[in-house]
Amino acid sequence: MAEKMQLCNISENNFEQCTKCSICTTVCPVAAVTTDYPGPKQAGPDGARYRLKDKAYYDKMLKLCLNCKRCEVACPSDVHIADIIQRARMSASEGRRASLRDTLLANTDLLGTVANLVAPVANATLGLKPTKLVMHSVMAIDKHRTFPAYSRTKFETWFKRHAASQQDAFSNHVSYFHGCYVNYNFPKLGQDLVKLMNSIGYGVHLLDKEQCCGVALIANGLFKQAKRQARVNATSIRQAVNGDGRTVLTTSSSCTFNLRDEYPAILDVDTSDVRNSIMLATRFIYNLVDEERIKLVFKKDYKRRIAYHTACHMERMGWQLYSIELLRMIPGLDLQLLEQECCGISGTYGFKKENYERSQAIGSILFKHIEDAQVEAVATDCETCKWQIEMSTGLPVENPISILADALDVEATRLANNLTNN
Amino acid sequence: MVTSEVYKKEFDVIIIGGGATGAGTARDCALRGLSVLLVERFDYSTGATGRNHGLMHSGARYAVTDGESAKECISENMTLRRIARHCVEETDGLFITLPEDDLEYQKTFVEACQRAGIRADVIAPDEARQIEPAVNPDLIGAVRIPDASIDPFRLTVANLLDARLHGAETLNYHEVDGLIINQNRVEGVKLINKQNGEHVEVRGRVVVNAAGIWGQRIIQMAGANISMFPARGALLIFGHRVNHMVINRCRKPANADILVPDDTVCVIGTTSDRIPIEAVDDMRVTREEVDVLLKEGIKLAPSLATTRVIRAYAGVRPLVASDDDPSGRSISRGIVCLDHAKRDGIEGFITIIGGKMMTYRLMGEIAADAVCAKLGNTAPCLTAKLPLPGSEEDAPRQSDLTKRYSFGQRAAIGRHGSLAARIEKENDIDNALVCECEGVTVGEIKYAVHQLHVHNLVNLRRRTRVGMGTCQGKLCSCRAASLLGEFSHDVKRAQEDLADFLDERWKGMRPVAWGDTLREAQLTANIYQGLCGLDTAVNRQGKEDVQ
Repeated sequence: MAEKMQLCNISENNFEQCTKCSICTTVCPVAAVTTDYPGPKQAGPDGARYRLKDKAYYDKMLKLCLNCKRCEVACPSDVHIADIIQRARMSASEGRRASLRDTLLANTDLLGTVANLVAPVANATLGLKPTKLVMHSVMAIDKHRTFPAYSRTKFETWFKRHAASQQDAFSNHVSYFHGCYVNYNFPKLGQDLVKLMNSIGYGVHLLDKEQCCGVALIANGLFKQAKRQARVNATSIRQAVNGDGRTVLTTSSSCTFNLRDEYPAILDVDTSDVRNSIMLATRFIYNLVDEERIKLVFKKDYKRRIAYHTACHMERMGWQLYSIELLRMIPGLDLQLLEQECCGISGTYGFKKENYERSQAIGSILFKHIEDAQVEAVATDCETCKWQIEMSTGLPVENPISILADALDVEATRLANNLTNN
Repeated sequence: MVTSEVYKKEFDVIIIGGGATGAGTARDCALRGLSVLLVERFDYSTGATGRNHGLMHSGARYAVTDGESAKECISENMTLRRIARHCVEETDGLFITLPEDDLEYQKTFVEACQRAGIRADVIAPDEARQIEPAVNPDLIGAVRIPDASIDPFRLTVANLLDARLHGAETLNYHEVDGLIINQNRVEGVKLINKQNGEHVEVRGRVVVNAAGIWGQRIIQMAGANISMFPARGALLIFGHRVNHMVINRCRKPANADILVPDDTVCVIGTTSDRIPIEAVDDMRVTREEVDVLLKEGIKLAPSLATTRVIRAYAGVRPLVASDDDPSGRSISRGIVCLDHAKRDGIEGFITIIGGKMMTYRLMGEIAADAVCAKLGNTAPCLTAKLPLPGSEEDAPRQSDLTKRYSFGQRAAIGRHGSLAARIEKENDIDNALVCECEGVTVGEIKYAVHQLHVHNLVNLRRRTRVGMGTCQGKLCSCRAASLLGEFSHDVKRAQEDLADFLDERWKGMRPVAWGDTLREAQLTANIYQGLCGLDTAVNRQGKEDVQ
């Protein structure tokens, strides 16, 4: 009786499924480089039990967690280890204020809005040695780091001026959650996506209202703000999916993972009804090709040797397959696959002075692999991996969408997909 | 003092039994200046002391049926909060009335509590749901009472530590084989050292029988007799706490009507079945008992239905027949102190029996009073005034934690109170976790082995919680066995000990081996038997201390 009753009921305490096999700890990039962090099993399921006894057993060393989710990928019992750790951090942060540094780092869109206005000055200033030293000592932002350059024109502004009016003419439509990086720092990636989608007959549209997905807010303990922004995004996405019947595409693996899985798991913002309609553009395009609904035609003279790095959140979603297979369709591309290793930056984590050395130690294995691969560039779906790898290896890092857009023979592709001039 | 010197000494008092009662009696006698020897046949707190709810009764449970016990409980409850702070968690408790219960009983209950001097506040069901979210939301009535949770292993060890600080000697793994009797006077005990088989005799002016249910045999050794009514109770341990207050049913005591938050876990119990005296060593829990416990348990806290059960265990209540009832059928639930000189004409022999784990101190005081009366000692009892080692008032509780990951250090302070300051924590090795579920460090194990009489892994578990977490020894037992082997320089024994310990863990898991607990056990078996080739049946013949 008792056995039957228990077997047909699943505990809401997911940590109970942990059988202490410790595989998660063996794949944790942080535990591999420091004894200050006890590893995911101890910080997650083991600690959760004690924290249920008394909240005072929360250990501040949990802040060393990268939230890379490699533990969750490894777990044979489907324990959401990293979620348990983030929830513990959230619970411990209640009633406490984040530092100025963390607030600034986390507010990517606020910082971006200001920086866009004064982009040349901001870029020059942020790159100056004295500025870096002040940030290092006063703000505890590591002096080795360079902030990604800010663009003079936001992606949204470019889109409204140069692209929006042409999108309605297409017979198929998607929405685009561009994220902060595309909007403030690197509009070219968004432009590449529009180019690519338009070439295969899809019109691209912005969401009614897009705010930063909040991944940096979660990492820096600004959970309340993250929840507020999540609600705004969830409403916009719902409008696009249910109202306009559009899939919402993304070009950042971390934003995607956050919208789909962290909203419900950590922020209690349920996006399960639209989860299947939020996806990375590479997955969407791959599926179209696979179902023979579109064709891609590439330039004949394209020739490059590039290594693909699987970002941690990409691995958590299991979607690297789509990006890799799409890149493999480019005839002139010699694609090298790198072993799955964390680059160590984890968003804003590596920007903090106290984390810099650990961050570089974690990434060192990956950097060595990249060096050994003898490539001219690295491809990855995550912008913060891009900053880290560019800084640490000196190689340019590109999003697969940009590589595809660059290699694409636009006219030939349009013809192959029976698109006439519109 | 080395063991061989202990054998030669003559003591004022020899106490038989290393449960809470024996330990409390030893402490009391030592504090009064007597020379004391305590002997225990297995490990300390192996019997009923370590096999109950871990509930520090307010007395409310007995208020309606046994006002005397209720008064003893509330008085001891308040005392233990002072003297045993590091063993007690002041949780408070609820007595809930469910729709199928009679709400009239609540009135009777509250009046009885008031008569016994127990604070009993009737609160609205809404308030009960708010202060204890795990409680059955269907409740129609609730009374808040000063129940608490107490760790009987820690409590017993703290009493023994204090007894030793005051000159007492304690020997575990020494079984009483007979009494030295000279012309109707008990003059000492005949012992078998269970670790080497040696037979010795130790002399004492008074012998106190504090052997609980096994005390009947000791009385028979003196040529007298007593009628005991062993009542067996089974309990289930859940993997983590679902409740933060003790939850009781407000009705006449019945099966599985108390849920206690104990340290990292919670415990539902008990069943109650009369068993013959010959069956007191059979601690197996049946499928029927598990069914009853879970079925009734979810009425107190519905989330128990989905919470992992990590273990089942059983204990025996040492109930005694009242001496004043010639039929021998009337059971006394209170404390029974027998001066066998008056009762049976046997001098120098006292039995302290009955009672409850939580009235151990009072039992110790009563026994020590009887001993002192015989020896002409007039020193007052101090055990209600002086805090136990670890519970001193002025000691820092969360003392200087090192700056790095400090979970193990904090868990140790929770377990050892101010004595945690003696645990080494200066380097990475001492801070390394042996038991990851319960946060037991190498430093804590060193402390336990060197200060708290640890001979094997089961001893170590009772002192530190090694192996008591959800993995039931999977990760920690080989690490701990390796440390014990290092200290004893006896690797072979450490390996046998490891096999015994894993067997002992499996025994408790077996009645509840389904779902995650079964997966856990299978992984453990695969690691130790499959991967490491450990034979858990090695050399186990003749070993009785497998609980």
